[in-house]
Amino acid sequence: MKRSTTPSFSRRSFIRTSALASGGMLIGFNLFQACKPEAAPPVDIADLNFNDFNAFIKIADNGMVTIFSPNPEIGQGVKTSMPMLIAEELDVAWENVVVAQGALDTKNFTRQVAGGSQSLRHGWEPLRKTGATARQMLVNAAAAKWGVDPATCSTENGVISNSNGDTLGYGEVVKEAASLEIPEDVTLKKPKDFKIIGKDIPNVDIDKIVTGKPLYGMDYKEEGMLYVSVVRPPAFGKKLEDFDATDAKGVKGVFDVFKFGDKIAVLAENTWSAMKAKKMVKAKWQDDSKLENTEDYNKALTALLDGKDFNTMRADGDVKKAFAEADKVLERTYESPFLPHNCMEPMNFFADVTAEKVRLVGPIQTPAGTARRIAELLNRKPEEVTVDMTRMGGGFGRRLYGDFAIEAAEISNIAKKPVKVVYSREDDMSAGIYRPAIKYRISAAIKDGKLTGYHLKEAAVNSNMYGLIPNFFPAGAVENYQVDVAKYDSNITIGAWRAPYTNFLAFAEQSFFDELAEVMEVDNIQLRLDLLQNVKGHNDERIQYSPERLEQVIKTAVEKSEWGKKPEGVFQGFSSYYCHNTHVAEVADVVLENDQPVVKKITCVVDCGIVVNPLGAKNQIEGGVIDGIGHAMYGDFSFKDGVPQDTNFNTYRLIRMNETPIVETHFIESDIAPTGLGEPTLPPAGAAIANAIRAAKGVRMTKQPFVKNMKEKALLG
Amino acid sequence: MPVYNLKVNGKSLSVEADKETPLLWILRDHFDLVGTKFGCGIGQCGACTIHADGVATRSCLLQVSVATEMEIITIEGLSEDISHPVQQAWKEIDVPQCGYCQAGQIMTASAFLKQNPNPNREEIRDAMSGNLCRCASYNRIEKAVEQAASKIS
Repeated sequence: MKRSTTPSFSRRSFIRTSALASGGMLIGFNLFQACKPEAAPPVDIADLNFNDFNAFIKIADNGMVTIFSPNPEIGQGVKTSMPMLIAEELDVAWENVVVAQGALDTKNFTRQVAGGSQSLRHGWEPLRKTGATARQMLVNAAAAKWGVDPATCSTENGVISNSNGDTLGYGEVVKEAASLEIPEDVTLKKPKDFKIIGKDIPNVDIDKIVTGKPLYGMDYKEEGMLYVSVVRPPAFGKKLEDFDATDAKGVKGVFDVFKFGDKIAVLAENTWSAMKAKKMVKAKWQDDSKLENTEDYNKALTALLDGKDFNTMRADGDVKKAFAEADKVLERTYESPFLPHNCMEPMNFFADVTAEKVRLVGPIQTPAGTARRIAELLNRKPEEVTVDMTRMGGGFGRRLYGDFAIEAAEISNIAKKPVKVVYSREDDMSAGIYRPAIKYRISAAIKDGKLTGYHLKEAAVNSNMYGLIPNFFPAGAVENYQVDVAKYDSNITIGAWRAPYTNFLAFAEQSFFDELAEVMEVDNIQLRLDLLQNVKGHNDERIQYSPERLEQVIKTAVEKSEWGKKPEGVFQGFSSYYCHNTHVAEVADVVLENDQPVVKKITCVVDCGIVVNPLGAKNQIEGGVIDGIGHAMYGDFSFKDGVPQDTNFNTYRLIRMNETPIVETHFIESDIAPTGLGEPTLPPAGAAIANAIRAAKGVRMTKQPFVKNMKEKALLG
Repeated sequence: MPVYNLKVNGKSLSVEADKETPLLWILRDHFDLVGTKFGCGIGQCGACTIHADGVATRSCLLQVSVATEMEIITIEGLSEDISHPVQQAWKEIDVPQCGYCQAGQIMTASAFLKQNPNPNREEIRDAMSGNLCRCASYNRIEKAVEQAASKIS
């Protein structure tokens, strides 16, 4: 059977080297091209010049190595972990490595999107090969100097040795190495020989973060730049009729107020003047399309689930027949609200549109796509648009959408000034691109004590699950299996939110399996393990999860969490899930305080293959789990007449430290190529606590957020 | 517009501004001290936390006209060389993910530990609950405050 395979990198590395006038050697490569699933040179290799590269390794005369990383860093740690892969194979001491933000130039290469927990998975082989290639060239240069066979030389911590006991530092041979032919084939280290991969390496930006140095888009400024606050329609479905900016223009520091599209831009010398004047703009709005209410789309989603109009994403066997012949049927419906992203750094972007060029700076997960859209909008040549990426104060999917950058470009184009658009928290929460409200209905057919049919229906606002999700567990494990989807069209904007679809689907399915075990009168963990046996040895290429790896995380979680062995008063809940190529199991320990459930601890077992940077990996895991719990417990967002009902953290509840459990992480030891961790621990968290709440209070959660669901079920005062 | 004289990180600075301008924007836009972050503007997230006369204060709610008599310390002035025990602990535990909220977390923690150098776990969790972190690096923030406390006390 086909398993989640490592993206291969078999073609010739498009690496180029050059001696530096200042001494030392520069090695260039195109990181995003190299890290594509199927790597291909961007242009004919013979014609490559350094503009085709977006990542560089500089080895100085003194042996210091600088790795210029072009990556957008949204907090997932790739600015640390991806250079680690290069340094490992280059065989230098991490202490002698400096990671710098790469030169930014969108003219000559295509950037890839940062998202989907894919960076390490795709970078694993090409980045190590890049490091190994550079190392081999240095060895070849030293061997030539000594007149020995390179195969008799070895390296350690940036020093080359031969069998006669001679040594040369990398810095002593960089000049010669730069002029050598680039080797085609290089040998990579065996995992047992790793010195950097697998070690705890701190965040490369840590000093700047703890001293408050400018790093983020919000911190970016230029001489003569104006700050812009934007008045946007107050409701989805409203458009601008007219406005009066007399009072706003009277605010000291305000430069101009003008309309662009259905919005009004307030430009000022500083942020506060722009924000203050914005509130003084008197705008009149008119209805343009439907004004959505939460009750309306909730009803519409239920009607879709009750109806017959579905797209089938996957169908195995004969689900209809399985249900017709069943002894018992279990059917449950799970509901979730819209969710805003709430990155701690509100959306913002800098733009300077001049006759010569369009210069953009800011936090963006999709610089290339955004640059292209702006070029089209302003009718400019693509090569006239450049994007510089700043560190991002969170992404979670929101910064995949360049709406804020487009606003900045439009405004700069009209004002003929460099501008920075700054969202207030209220702007950020009410002009969102939300996780859509979704409902799942899951049905199981049971015959002769066995699960014979599984039918998952999804009803979602605007967009349905995509990609490989219909092939996740329990696809392949149940003979008659079907996934159907339907959508309700709305004018509320929706988009990707950390672990799209699975962030809620995992809660629905993993809650359902626990209830199913109850109905079937079998052990909840044994049910999952038994189902996994059915997937072993099958040859369905669509199925990406590994039953063996899922089985192992489940069994390890049982052991590490002391499942079923906790003292009285500790209620446990189980959940396991595969998404983003990573296998995870989580156990929640819940206790009752004043008769109310409190999550004390989460035991999280993760199989992400080789753990490149355990220190960073654990941070992602802990964050994903707690973020998952927070949104499952408290995340709620509704609309009245098209108006978002929460606009700031006084009413919108994010999890806080005093509500946070301790997360205990265990990795499955592995020699398999690594997979990402930005998302996969979030989806299973909701079901782990829902199943623990069931154990504690005897009631099943079917709706998020749980605090609301518990109130409805009279569990909370 | 009136001119205000402020004492920030031991330096005397002056600014011409509207009297109700939040100190947050004076620091960021006028003094180029961008380590103090904007998160919510209503004192709910803690990203803009500074020390005003040693007390952790939300600079988004502190008007410039009120701040003139105060000794203001921002993240940039917490230490000259990352030597403050809270900054050290943040490095040792490797707390940040995106890092945006961390200056505010550090300022809250450092003011808290000055008042209570020997806190128990519940006191730490309560003291830090005014600061949001969407990346949810809370386990590490908690550990880092504990570690800093062990060095201070």
